[in-house]
Amino acid sequence: MNSFPLLSCIVLVPWAGALALACLPRLGSAASRVVTLLFSLSTLALGLVVLGSFDRSSASYQFVESHAWIQSLNVHYHLGLDGLSLLLVLLTGLLGPAGLLASWKQAQNPRFFGLLYLVLQGSALGVFLALDFFHWFVFWEMSLVPAYFLIKLWGGRGAAPAAYQFVIYTMAGSAFLLLGFVAIFAATGTLDFPELASLGASGALAANLAAFGGYWPQAVFIGVFLGFAVKAPLFPFHTWLPAAYAEAPTGVSMFLTGVMSKMGVYGFIRVLWPLFPGQLHAVAVPLVWFALGGAVLGAFAAMRQTDLKRMVAYSSINHVSYCLLALFAVSAASGESAPGGAAAAAALSGALLQMFNHGISAGALFFGIGMLEARSGGRRGIGDFGGVRSAAPVFAGLFGIAMFSSLGLPGLNGFVGEFLIFRGVWGLEPWAASIACLGLLATALFLLGFWQKVFHGPRAGAAAARIADASGTELTVLVPFAALMLLFGVLPQLLTGIFNPLITAWNAHTFLP
Amino acid sequence: MNLLPWCIYLSLAGALLSLAAGRRSPAAARWVALLTAAAAWAVTLLAAVQFVPGSSLQTLVDLAWIPMLGARYHLAVDGISMTLLVLTGLAATAGVLFSWNIATRTGEFFAFYLALIAGVYGVFLSADALLFFVFYEIAIVPKYFLIAIWGSTNREYGAMKLALYSFAGSAIVLAGLLWVYAAGGGQSFAFGELTRAAATLPPHSQIAVFGLVFFGFATLAGIFPLHTWAPTGHVAAPTGASMLLAGVVMKLGAYGCLRVALPLSPLGFAFWQAPIAWLAVIGIVYAGLVALRQEDLKFVIGYSSVSHMGFVLLGIAAANAGAVSGAVLQMFSHGVIAGLLFAVVGRMLYDRTHTRRLSELRTMPIYRLLPFAAAVFVIAAVASMGLPGFSGFPAELTILIGAWNAAHAWAAVAALGIFIAAAFTLRAVQLGFFGGAREPEAEAPPRGQAGTPHYGPISLPEKTGAVLLVAATVLVGVRPDLLLDWINPALQSPLFQAVLKGGAP
Repeated sequence: MNSFPLLSCIVLVPWAGALALACLPRLGSAASRVVTLLFSLSTLALGLVVLGSFDRSSASYQFVESHAWIQSLNVHYHLGLDGLSLLLVLLTGLLGPAGLLASWKQAQNPRFFGLLYLVLQGSALGVFLALDFFHWFVFWEMSLVPAYFLIKLWGGRGAAPAAYQFVIYTMAGSAFLLLGFVAIFAATGTLDFPELASLGASGALAANLAAFGGYWPQAVFIGVFLGFAVKAPLFPFHTWLPAAYAEAPTGVSMFLTGVMSKMGVYGFIRVLWPLFPGQLHAVAVPLVWFALGGAVLGAFAAMRQTDLKRMVAYSSINHVSYCLLALFAVSAASGESAPGGAAAAAALSGALLQMFNHGISAGALFFGIGMLEARSGGRRGIGDFGGVRSAAPVFAGLFGIAMFSSLGLPGLNGFVGEFLIFRGVWGLEPWAASIACLGLLATALFLLGFWQKVFHGPRAGAAAARIADASGTELTVLVPFAALMLLFGVLPQLLTGIFNPLITAWNAHTFLP
Repeated sequence: MNLLPWCIYLSLAGALLSLAAGRRSPAAARWVALLTAAAAWAVTLLAAVQFVPGSSLQTLVDLAWIPMLGARYHLAVDGISMTLLVLTGLAATAGVLFSWNIATRTGEFFAFYLALIAGVYGVFLSADALLFFVFYEIAIVPKYFLIAIWGSTNREYGAMKLALYSFAGSAIVLAGLLWVYAAGGGQSFAFGELTRAAATLPPHSQIAVFGLVFFGFATLAGIFPLHTWAPTGHVAAPTGASMLLAGVVMKLGAYGCLRVALPLSPLGFAFWQAPIAWLAVIGIVYAGLVALRQEDLKFVIGYSSVSHMGFVLLGIAAANAGAVSGAVLQMFSHGVIAGLLFAVVGRMLYDRTHTRRLSELRTMPIYRLLPFAAAVFVIAAVASMGLPGFSGFPAELTILIGAWNAAHAWAAVAALGIFIAAAFTLRAVQLGFFGGAREPEAEAPPRGQAGTPHYGPISLPEKTGAVLLVAATVLVGVRPDLLLDWINPALQSPLFQAVLKGGAP
């Protein structure tokens, strides 16, 4: 407790970087980029430090910092980290700098871009580490501001409406979320996540809310649910996503899909499920259908896209839906006498792995499309390219790894997560697993179709003339990402080792209504 | 502590001095105004440092004033007034800084301005209803002249409308107070005595009296549907006066509701509670929707003030300790944020571009032409949306929790208001400050045609004022305890406890 406030550093160093950039208005473009990158890399460095002294056998929060903050609201400055948070901190540490490198050449006011980007990164980290609703909500809402301006000011032609829609949708979700927590505070007098989780596990939270009237536990559950459903997003609350991801500049698209979509999933796992196990269980089967809708329709929608960024955006909906599918399936099966132990553990491990893996592979896909866009003067239609492989073989090879990881090829990281999810869901809700297979099929179809049109065949479109292969800067992102995909594909225990005790703990005693 | 009444006297003296100094040079009047406003603020801050929160009003001065009426010159302070005194000092000082460019009749401008401030300080310090009322009237008169002489759009209309609403409201208040005063045998205007006198009235009279006093004050707080003076008045006023109007003067009404009306008659309040809360909630949503459709940026902010003041009224109407402390916090928060918004739009933007129309602003990339103004507006907008980390969030959260404890539906509809606030604020940011970025590139107009207009840089007084206000909203956003520790004990006084029930702390 009284040791070095490592987690505060993780959260605040990016913000300190933003402050430094704000205070140096005369900083040149190159210097701004370097400063931003250094501050962004701090997350990875500190994350690895934490990883080094992280107790892998414990499921409880570590490196906890807790200080009284606002007495009249019983609010604490409360940070803590468990396997799930650590995984996401590491993911943010990887994607933060990678996103910056993707927008490295972006010429329009790099200082301000870096400033906003660092605010966004710090906010995301705060969401993954804060354990008091008030403290957490600061980061949750604050992330919208930089994201809005990054999309609006550096985005494509339709960026203004996309950014507005993105913020308004998310704010609407947040208003319900806030109202839900107003009721929770009124019922329990605390906003602390671990405390509320233990109240949720014992059923006391629902009982207290029921004191307001019989339907209030459900109403509050729906409020909190909406907040996360918009953010993740869960089908059918996803309609803001394709435009926002497609219009954002490449680096920001990477961060949005890699990290911000995980904020919603994280909210489901960290907040909604522990606080409302009974309510979630009651509606889990319809929610499984929602998740299936996202998985299947997202993949089919991706197939119909001609804009490559929109295609990856829809495929993100598909991939994130698998995580939620696993969670809802576990919840649907919980509390029944059927032995769900191994299957539930597999599904949950798969969901957590998928969060990490999708972050890396979708990030790499957006990065690659950004490269294509940069080489073709801003075009990114699927028909604008052909034969890229022969023109840029190194790029094609590395991009191929990301694509096959996204497709779920065995030996690459994407496979492990999806396999575990399917293995788990099959044991819990076989029908759901069968339907979700349609999503896998469609994903394979559209990714292979895309691969064939863009990378194979005769050179055409923008690639008809020579296009440059991956540059040094680009390789510094693509090579490590491809290496990680191979590494975690072969040795997934490197990741599962971090959160295994957590899965055991979740499976053993909690969240049964 | 005993120095505190000097904030009134200093402001009054400053008013006379700047009038005199204005005859020599405008610059002298400005400096006199700045120094007195800052000195009065310093007095409040000094008192705040020494302030020991307690449940009772701490008397500063208590002299016989009009013995035959039993009226006393009684100034006293508790945590609620302390909060608002500090806000007044801050808003007044920032307002002077943003009025630095007033060139016509400068001395008179600042004389009216400081007289208004003196009245406001007086209201927040009064512990005698008649004295309260006198200061309240002192604050109304200068408003009229500030708007009618130095205002812009439709200034005569705006000034007259504002003055009529204010006077009508205060006449109703006076009638109510006199009724209670007479019922008590004409002995005293002390708040506690009035409550005792009101309790002797028959129930239907208590209900009527409470209605008179509360709605009289609530008019100035911008309660729906008596709010229409607020947007027109705010828009017509010169920047410094808009900042005071939205920042402080609307708080006078809310403060009157809280200090005078609420404890007056628990029975009357019980009757009116639900109607008041619903009007407040309707105001939040309705004003937000109207703001969403405005074309003049200043009208957007004017209506947003009505919407945010709805939260204050809702907090008061919810009548539990949590909600009321949130209401006071929201008064402070809105005072700072509205001041900041008006400062950016009225001074930084309008005085340079000479337009506030969103349809024109959206064709200009203001964020490149006036980056400082855009940055400050974004911060103020984010704070105004109620994002955590800024003062609006703890205030609205406490009010929502309190309102929830009183009636779930109030909190639910008010939360919708927060979402609407996000929508109209974001619209104002997007159209007002981040327009025109792309169109010129897309259409590629011939070079040199029209050319980018160049505006003068943001001056030092403007920057100072903006930094002060931004710092205040962030400070209170991060450490709301600083104010809540003053406010909460004050709500433990017997007068408040008689009406407040339940609720956290």
